[in-house]
Amino acid sequence: MVEVRMENLVKRFGKVVAVDHVNLTIKNGEFVVLLGPSGCGKTTTLRLISGLELPDEGKIYFDNRDVTYLPPKERNISMVFQSYAVWPHMTVYDNIAFPMKIKKIDEKEIDRRVKWAAELLQIKELLNRYPHQLSGGQKQRVAVARAIVIEPSVLLMDEPLSNLDALLRMLMRSELKKLQKQLKVTTIYVTHDQVEAMVMADRVAVMNRGRIMQVGTTDEIYNKPANLFVAGFIGSPRMNFFEASVSDSTLETSSFKLTLPEEFKRVLEKQETVIVGIRPEDIYPVERGIPPGVKTIELEGKVDFIEPLGSDTIIHLKIGEILLLIKVPGSFLVEYGRKLKIALDLNKLHIFDKKTEKALI
Amino acid sequence: MPVYKGETLKMILIYAAAILIVTWILAPLGLIFLSAFAVPSEYYDIRKPIPTKFTLENVNTLLFILGAWRSTLNSLFVAILTILISFALGLPAGYSLARFMFKGRDTFKLLIIGLRMFPIIVLAVPLITIYLQIGLADTLIGVALAHTAMSLPFVVLITSSIFAGIPVDYEEAGMVFGLSRMEAFLRVTLPLALPGLAAASIFVFIMSWNEVFIASVLVLINRTLPADILISALNAPDPLKFAAGFVMVLPAMIFVFIARKYLIQVWGITIR
Amino acid sequence: MIVFVGYPIIETVRLAFTHPTTGEPTFYNFQRLFEDAYFWSALKYTFLLAGIVIPLQVAFALGVSLLLLKKFKGSGAVLYIFLIPLTISDVAAALIWYNILTRNGYLNRILISLGILDNPIYFFGYQYRNMELIALVITEVWRATAIVFVIIFAGLQMVGKEYLEAADVFGASQFEKFRYIILPMLKPSLQTALLIRTLFAMQVFAVVWILAGRDIPVLAGETYYWQVELKNTNVAAAYALIIALISVTLGFLYIKFLKPQYLER
Repeated sequence: MVEVRMENLVKRFGKVVAVDHVNLTIKNGEFVVLLGPSGCGKTTTLRLISGLELPDEGKIYFDNRDVTYLPPKERNISMVFQSYAVWPHMTVYDNIAFPMKIKKIDEKEIDRRVKWAAELLQIKELLNRYPHQLSGGQKQRVAVARAIVIEPSVLLMDEPLSNLDALLRMLMRSELKKLQKQLKVTTIYVTHDQVEAMVMADRVAVMNRGRIMQVGTTDEIYNKPANLFVAGFIGSPRMNFFEASVSDSTLETSSFKLTLPEEFKRVLEKQETVIVGIRPEDIYPVERGIPPGVKTIELEGKVDFIEPLGSDTIIHLKIGEILLLIKVPGSFLVEYGRKLKIALDLNKLHIFDKKTEKALI
Repeated sequence: MPVYKGETLKMILIYAAAILIVTWILAPLGLIFLSAFAVPSEYYDIRKPIPTKFTLENVNTLLFILGAWRSTLNSLFVAILTILISFALGLPAGYSLARFMFKGRDTFKLLIIGLRMFPIIVLAVPLITIYLQIGLADTLIGVALAHTAMSLPFVVLITSSIFAGIPVDYEEAGMVFGLSRMEAFLRVTLPLALPGLAAASIFVFIMSWNEVFIASVLVLINRTLPADILISALNAPDPLKFAAGFVMVLPAMIFVFIARKYLIQVWGITIR
Repeated sequence: MIVFVGYPIIETVRLAFTHPTTGEPTFYNFQRLFEDAYFWSALKYTFLLAGIVIPLQVAFALGVSLLLLKKFKGSGAVLYIFLIPLTISDVAAALIWYNILTRNGYLNRILISLGILDNPIYFFGYQYRNMELIALVITEVWRATAIVFVIIFAGLQMVGKEYLEAADVFGASQFEKFRYIILPMLKPSLQTALLIRTLFAMQVFAVVWILAGRDIPVLAGETYYWQVELKNTNVAAAYALIIALISVTLGFLYIKFLKPQYLER
């Protein structure tokens, strides 16, 4: 149970900078998720923490101990691999017992702990089986059981759920989170699935191209994205973006004008062109009614396409050349081609500097 | 390259081991190269560790006076013939194995693998008797046929795995667009298979080039190189022996260099 | 192809059991064979050579495979260089080591010029039979380790990287990793390598013939001798049959005792 601190970590593979000056501190007992698209460097970062790879620059500390160049076995870590890596020639019992066997723990104690872990992961009946007799989900539990029997300083998980079917994934998500709360072990979890990240994490570190784009709680990442990438990556369907030129507190796009209230003037002061973002669920069809106390600004457009999803419907609204996606309850019916008046929630309006892509509000 | 704490010594040992291994393999080759070209008088003077004067005399004598050049040509002829025949027979078999589900396919496969394990010495002895009867004794064609028998299993296995590696979809696409099966094979699959087939043929070449037992048993006058060396080199003076060693090794080394990327792949498949 | 291989095999059997002069089926050839002291020597030496060389090669091949696991600069080059002997014929290999080990060879020359030795070491010649054996072992190890190596190395590649990484993460030392993870997962490859190498070893011929002649008889060498120099096809056939019998038995034993374990996996 330690605090993990990464300072200016850099890892290159040939010309590619996989991890580009990453700085991150993970508190003792925290569950942090490294989230990002493939190739963003999250797995490499995890491997640097594990010691399976060594950085070209930078340092890694567990509490105050410099572990940067220590081999994995001296870091007292546990890891759950994406492919489970459950050794095929050993029984489930032996697999789980292995880390303890290496540490030369007493046999009685090994037995006690294996049974404890197996109980926790509900695989007690499988102890004498071989991996090839198990399903994917069962193998994954074995991998997790193996990872918790010793008391690691840090628990690392590399996309452990990505090879499971959707239903199992959902079940395991909550199980893993509950497990971690119970064990209170510092956990670093890698995934490309934002739902997993949002559900399980105490904090999420969104990564792209080797850099951390933002670190924060689920709420912070979702409602206060610090830059264009995070705003666009988190949220499904994706946030709407459109470009606008600024004059005073008026935003002018190719197809419409938005005159914003005075408060926005200060933010827009030095800007010439900005990118505006608003999430589909923060746009309301006027005729359906606007929630009380919400300040809005209105636009009108034509329904271009409808995606009925059952509980919700996504309406593609075209305003001139600009397309906005609006999320409405499934009970709200529209037809193709009709005109629709919409209201944008001013509180949920995001404005980004076009060049730096950073959020202005 | 970053190194784990405390592993610098280990890395030094690893590099040392690597150098040792490389030397172990390359030094003997370098030495025979030296010997093949060393002046004989220097060879017999034991006080000189490394020869300094070189000559083409040894190689010349071996090749032209003792007829090793002819043997080399014979070996070449046999090897090429072996490649042609074994591929002519083996390629269709390999293709069928890869593409078609015919009855007894698995038994066929097993048979082939079993054949590989069978000692070819058993072939050599009766073969000479048979050859005497049909007039193939002491001919290069006879040797080539024997070599073909040896390499056929290998060719079938490896061509089948090469073809298995080329998706049927390509051929089917060709057939959809108007090619017959044969045309699809010739114009689509074959070009794709060429690199693998080339590598396989190099292997067959090397096998035939190096084969000595059957070659020695089957021919008396028209010898292949290894057979020739086996029989005559034993009584030749040392420098000639070394020239012979060099002549045998050179083509092999050239081929290793050319085919190096395929070596493990191909060899691994055959053994499997 | 079946014809091509099958018929000669039948011929071999026929020849082995035919009397050279009367042409009648008989055990005569085998009798001559068993009475010949050379046969028992050949049997002994063939197995002795195999017994010494094969463990050395397996250990060596394992070592190099593990070494190459760690991807250091130049490991690719080392790999290719190690495979070079695969392309070198046994005749050439024999000549190469003859070059080094003979009385006027490089080993002696260098040792003498460095002053370590006063008199050359003799590796060849009937009186030095034990040295000849050593020379044979060296040559075979140099030449044929690559055969074992390819199988083992390929097998090692097939052991997924994650299994090894998991061992690293959970604290295994190099030795523990080898003993508990690598070795068990290599078993099938090791078995295959052993079988193939042993089968080849039963047929060892040119290296022995060139370096030691009949000082160290081996089964294949005797076959050659009877066939080509004594022109007695029948006894030669008998020898060939015995080699075949040994090979088939070994193959059979392998399948019976070792394969099922592997298939279960």
